[in-house]
Amino acid sequence: MITTQQLTKKYGRQMVLDIGHLEIPKGQSFGLVGNNGAGKTTYFSLLLDLIQPTTGHIINNDVQVNTSEDWKPFTSSFIDESFLIGYLTPEEYFYFIGELRGQNKADVDALLANFEDFFHGEILGQRKYLRDLSKGNQKKAGIIASFIGNPQVIILDEPFANLDPTTQIRLKAIIKDLSAKKEITVLVSSHDLMHVTEVCERIVVLNKGVVVKDIETSAETLRELESFFAGNPVSDEEE
Amino acid sequence: MFKHFVSLQWKSFFRSSNFGKSLAVKLLMGFFGVYMMVTFAGLGVGLFFILKKTFPDSDPMLIVSGYLLYWVLIELFFRYFMQKLPVMDIKPLLLYPIKKGAIAHYILVKSGLSGYNFLSLFIAVPFSIVLITQGYPVSNVLGWLFAIVCIVLTINYTNFIINKSDRVLLFLGVLILALYSLDYFSVFPVIEYSGKLFYTLYQNPVLALVPLVFAIGTYYINYIFLRKKLYLDASLRKKEARVETSDLTWTKRFGDIAPFLQLDLKLIWRNKRTKMQVFISLAMILYGLFFYSMDTYGDTSTIYLFVGIFMTGIFLSNFGQFIPAWDSEYYGMMMSQNIPLRKYLESKAGLISVSILVMFLLSIPYVYFGWKALAINFACALYNLGVNVPVILFFGSFNKKRIDLTKSAVGNMQGTSATQFLVLLPLMVVPSVLYFVLKTFVSFEVALITLSLLGIVGFVFRKTLLDKVTEAYRKRKYTMLAGFKEQNN
Repeated sequence: MITTQQLTKKYGRQMVLDIGHLEIPKGQSFGLVGNNGAGKTTYFSLLLDLIQPTTGHIINNDVQVNTSEDWKPFTSSFIDESFLIGYLTPEEYFYFIGELRGQNKADVDALLANFEDFFHGEILGQRKYLRDLSKGNQKKAGIIASFIGNPQVIILDEPFANLDPTTQIRLKAIIKDLSAKKEITVLVSSHDLMHVTEVCERIVVLNKGVVVKDIETSAETLRELESFFAGNPVSDEEE
Repeated sequence: MFKHFVSLQWKSFFRSSNFGKSLAVKLLMGFFGVYMMVTFAGLGVGLFFILKKTFPDSDPMLIVSGYLLYWVLIELFFRYFMQKLPVMDIKPLLLYPIKKGAIAHYILVKSGLSGYNFLSLFIAVPFSIVLITQGYPVSNVLGWLFAIVCIVLTINYTNFIINKSDRVLLFLGVLILALYSLDYFSVFPVIEYSGKLFYTLYQNPVLALVPLVFAIGTYYINYIFLRKKLYLDASLRKKEARVETSDLTWTKRFGDIAPFLQLDLKLIWRNKRTKMQVFISLAMILYGLFFYSMDTYGDTSTIYLFVGIFMTGIFLSNFGQFIPAWDSEYYGMMMSQNIPLRKYLESKAGLISVSILVMFLLSIPYVYFGWKALAINFACALYNLGVNVPVILFFGSFNKKRIDLTKSAVGNMQGTSATQFLVLLPLMVVPSVLYFVLKTFVSFEVALITLSLLGIVGFVFRKTLLDKVTEAYRKRKYTMLAGFKEQNN
């Protein structure tokens, strides 16, 4: 589904991402972990054509993302709050995204009905603008918006951060559910090793822009990851 | 303690993002600042002589005193919009071992030194100097000046007390109108009585203590209020806007640009700065009166063409010059979502075109100044529609400065760069020059017809032009995205 070839990104002389080859098959739930500055967000931004690669390219379902825009209809994402439109209410935002993705109000309502638990009564019908919601609630709205319009690829950057424990558990269930059908490719990045090992079939560890580990998740994965990160001095560069 | 506060203030000034603004913006703001100061100081100096000349029989001081009441009320009215107590700045201070009283004093004293307070002094001080040179007793004049300073401070602190209520604003508005009409219809001579009151301030400098007491009193009320409410959930809370939803289903008839049109309408209506643009645009229709009411130009002067372009295109230039920076907060989403860039731009073009039409309709009463005025405005509207709409959208592709929509509307220069000044050239100067040349060497009619034709041609080819513009946006996508992400600009 997603093929990354000879992809590098340099800022000045600093190499922030260098991935020789990475293949993500259709329907895989893919986890990306790494310390700050490892290149997780850079990779996702390249995948969404928000920044230009220095060399190489990414092919998403036969579409090269930096030359064609045809990947947009089947790809959706939530990277950060800048993906929300602050002066809309959550409902208006969902309907807007719905219209962009060819879904009418009824379609969107039907989808939202599945996530009532997840919203916990804090998103819909609040008569508040998105900019006035708490960070956690903004995130909830953004994540659910990325499910609108039957995307085949869903990209979520740090979806667990800022969420309360109950919502984290529910989100894990949702992601597992999505990937169980083997139709949707879910890409998740996280600092929380436990969450990713729980929801992802495959985990790739980035360190300073380079893939250092690529593991199929098993019972030992969490231990393996923990010992890897414990042995690595935590770098405190900003992402 | 205060030393720390002063150093904080110093750093916040020199390290603020404003300070790093591009040279062009700094120059322009500096120019406006100097211009205001010079105008006010000039008014202060000239005031005495103007009054002396116009009313040779009465003491200029008495006339000035008469209007002081109106000045106080009107200044209060305007400050309500312009000035808010900067409480959010002190949020970080709450966690440190600083007495709450000191924090409260800090923001109150700081507000006392705000630029608004100096504005009136730029008139009052030169006026006082002129009075002294004209032989008025020094002690009286100084006492009066001191009283004025105290009144300014009283206005300053009263504003913070009434700032919470719209009703007071309404009351102020009604009061000003009521007092004025009492005067105007000679029911009650407000100016005379209030004038006498303020004149006694001048006659007995000791009475300047009264405004001083007012200033201290209002300061103290603010202090008590603030001291008690320095909590995150009380006065330090950001106001949450109540949601106003409106039915925008009528936009559906515009086909596939409807979602963007709805978004743009919400953008304009739900954010202060954009909303302000609408009101400014509507008010600017009066701009032409300045020129049309003067006979010095002759009825086909180039100045009228400039005015016409300006009036029918005011929203075009005010709103259009910041496309797509209005959407900068979520531009990343716009670029990764399933959005055809073309539709996005079409929606903006549609919105601006409607504004041109509305402004033209509003300008029709200028026909009072002759049919030529109407003809000029019509040609200008056509030119704006066909030529300036694509031009401003094209220049928009050079925007890469973020606009934070939640920031206030007054004096907000966010998002301004050299582009905003450059765009004025093709927008206003090109048609004016074209008109001037054709009118001088051929005729008035030919000049107008040429401009109209240019507009019509542009409108006919708008699809092709918009394709070109879309291409420009596509090319600059990464630069825009990177620029819009930068918080400090």
